[in-house]
Amino acid sequence: MLDITSLRAGIAEREILKGIDLSIKPGEVHAIMGPNGSGKSTLAQVLAGNPAYEVLGGSAMYNGEELLEMEPEVRAQKGIFLAFQYPVEIPGVTNAYFLRSAYNEIRKSRGEEEVDPLDFLDIIEERMKLVEMDESMLNRSVNAGFSGGEKKRNEILQMAVLQPKLAILDETDSGLDIDALRIVAGGVNALRRPDNATIVVTHYQRLLNYIVPDYVHVLANGRIVRSGGKELALELEERGYDWLLEAA
Amino acid sequence: MTDAVMARAHSPLDAKRVVTPVAHATRDSRVEGYLKLFDDIGRGHELLWLLKQRRAAIESFGRLGFPTSKDEDWHFTSVAPILERAYVPPVTPSAADSPALTREDVAPYTFEGEWETLVFLNGRYVANLSQIESDAQAYVGPMSDALVDDARAHFFERHFAGVADVGGHSFTALNAAFAGDGALVHVSADTVMPRNIHLLFVSDDAAEGALVSPHNIIALDHHAEVTVVESYVSAGNANYFTNAVTEVYIGDGARLRHYKIQRESPRAYHVGSWYAHQADTCAYEAFSFATGADLSRTNIATLLDGNGSHVSLDGLYLVNGEQTVDHQTSVVHAGESCTSHELYKGVLDGDSHAVFNGKVYVRAEAQKTDGKQSNNNLLLSEGARVDTKPQLEIYADDVKCTHGATVGPVDSTALFYLKSRGIGTSIALRLLTYAFAAEVLEELTIPAVRDELEKLAFERFAVGA
Repeated sequence: MLDITSLRAGIAEREILKGIDLSIKPGEVHAIMGPNGSGKSTLAQVLAGNPAYEVLGGSAMYNGEELLEMEPEVRAQKGIFLAFQYPVEIPGVTNAYFLRSAYNEIRKSRGEEEVDPLDFLDIIEERMKLVEMDESMLNRSVNAGFSGGEKKRNEILQMAVLQPKLAILDETDSGLDIDALRIVAGGVNALRRPDNATIVVTHYQRLLNYIVPDYVHVLANGRIVRSGGKELALELEERGYDWLLEAA
Repeated sequence: MTDAVMARAHSPLDAKRVVTPVAHATRDSRVEGYLKLFDDIGRGHELLWLLKQRRAAIESFGRLGFPTSKDEDWHFTSVAPILERAYVPPVTPSAADSPALTREDVAPYTFEGEWETLVFLNGRYVANLSQIESDAQAYVGPMSDALVDDARAHFFERHFAGVADVGGHSFTALNAAFAGDGALVHVSADTVMPRNIHLLFVSDDAAEGALVSPHNIIALDHHAEVTVVESYVSAGNANYFTNAVTEVYIGDGARLRHYKIQRESPRAYHVGSWYAHQADTCAYEAFSFATGADLSRTNIATLLDGNGSHVSLDGLYLVNGEQTVDHQTSVVHAGESCTSHELYKGVLDGDSHAVFNGKVYVRAEAQKTDGKQSNNNLLLSEGARVDTKPQLEIYADDVKCTHGATVGPVDSTALFYLKSRGIGTSIALRLLTYAFAAEVLEELTIPAVRDELEKLAFERFAVGA
């Protein structure tokens, strides 16, 4: 599904990713772990196409196409979804309008008919149950005045509505209490299918108790320094990152 | 209290926007032209008091002349384009009641539902396009009718050039000298008007070269309540000059919602000045929506003369191309425990230019004043330019006042967020621009007006976004 080779990227002329190789197949869950500043979030942003980051080299083939050359909206239309670490507040645009616009833009890109507001309500009501969100959230401005937990749940709601092929969760666990974490993880797990894949970017092992990865990769100083199974996460929890940094 | 903020944003393209200064000779000769024009108009039929007022006004205009960039309030906006042509009051049609305009023509500009609508075509009241009802509690009618009724004329006399700064503001003086028609709205004490009032000023191609000078008076006796919308629209593409004045009197405990919708012809010039006087515990909600005209200037001044009153001054301007839009507001806190809240937002595209100059004066006796003022601008292009100057002058010591201004492009983080959800750049930009503008439209408390302006704002961004 996604083959990343020798990916280098940075921001403001500073190289952050110094050669990433990663291969993801349908149905898999990959966890990207690592200390602060290792490049985890940069990888997530670059895959989603944030123009603030500059790609310096390498490639990311997504279902046979070069992802790095696509506009962010095209990536989304082709099934990439980034759950933001810091979801953006957009005062003046209601959640309902935002979600429906995104849903319809993605449908249009696939040559499908747009869905009218009433039919969309049916779709969204069902998805909202997944993240235990109240309907009143639909009429509020996107993320404006939302608590940290509400913002993260709103990200998963968007994911539930847009049904991506490849979801990238960037520090989705940060700032969540244990109940919110359970709800968010429950939503992600409910959306797992054999034909889609998930990248979980996280600093802590905690989230991986709920979203169990097939592979764990440790990022340090812009490179993957170790890959392993889910037991690697437990080892990191116990030993921290230092032993890997020294080894690298 | 915060320090004075002066935010300015100039693009590198400023140079090509410099307007050739009009020589003093031209400026002075244009003033002379209007003085002569005043003398040439036969006024034998006019009421004596009005004639006196007009004479005082034209003298004042002659003394003041047209403002130059040396006038602090005109530092960023040049009146030169208005001086390029000698505008003359429109010729009164022989049958004013049967103009080329039909009800269908004005329908797009009117509000549905229970409204009293006064339609003025090229400055002149058109009865058969209007729909008004007056009763003992409220009078709503054109100046031309009011002046032929003794009681109404007397009321008009007492309020004409009362709060308007005829002695100090040249365009206001010019208006008082040439005021052709306009509306009189008088709501009696303890009366809540069941219907909103719409003063609809339409210009068509016959307005080419016209000086249109509406003069409106809105007076609310104590505890009266009414909504008045002034619309300036164009059914053509003429070059004309609207120079409007509205005088507002708000009695104790009264409440006025006063909205302006400026959608003049793209070749028109518009100067609109509102002057309000507020008594005790009253509320004035003034809103200016401006998208039209090549050059427009809105002046809104209110005097909080009583205690415990409120004024909200809000506005939204949306311009592109070579348009200039200028808002000047002035709030004088003279009474105690008054609140003034002001939010102006602007969206600029192309090589357009916006000016905002907001003044809040807090006099020494105006203790417990609560004043908020902000002006936020969104630039959609490199060529757009904003000069914004929120100002506070505080002479009382127990007050709470804040002000600020922002000028900037679309938030790139928000744009990326929308795009990452599959929404293309043009739709995302339109959504963000609309969202920016919608915040201030939420201040409008009349749903019909809010809905209409939301629609107009959204349509405005369909172009060029």
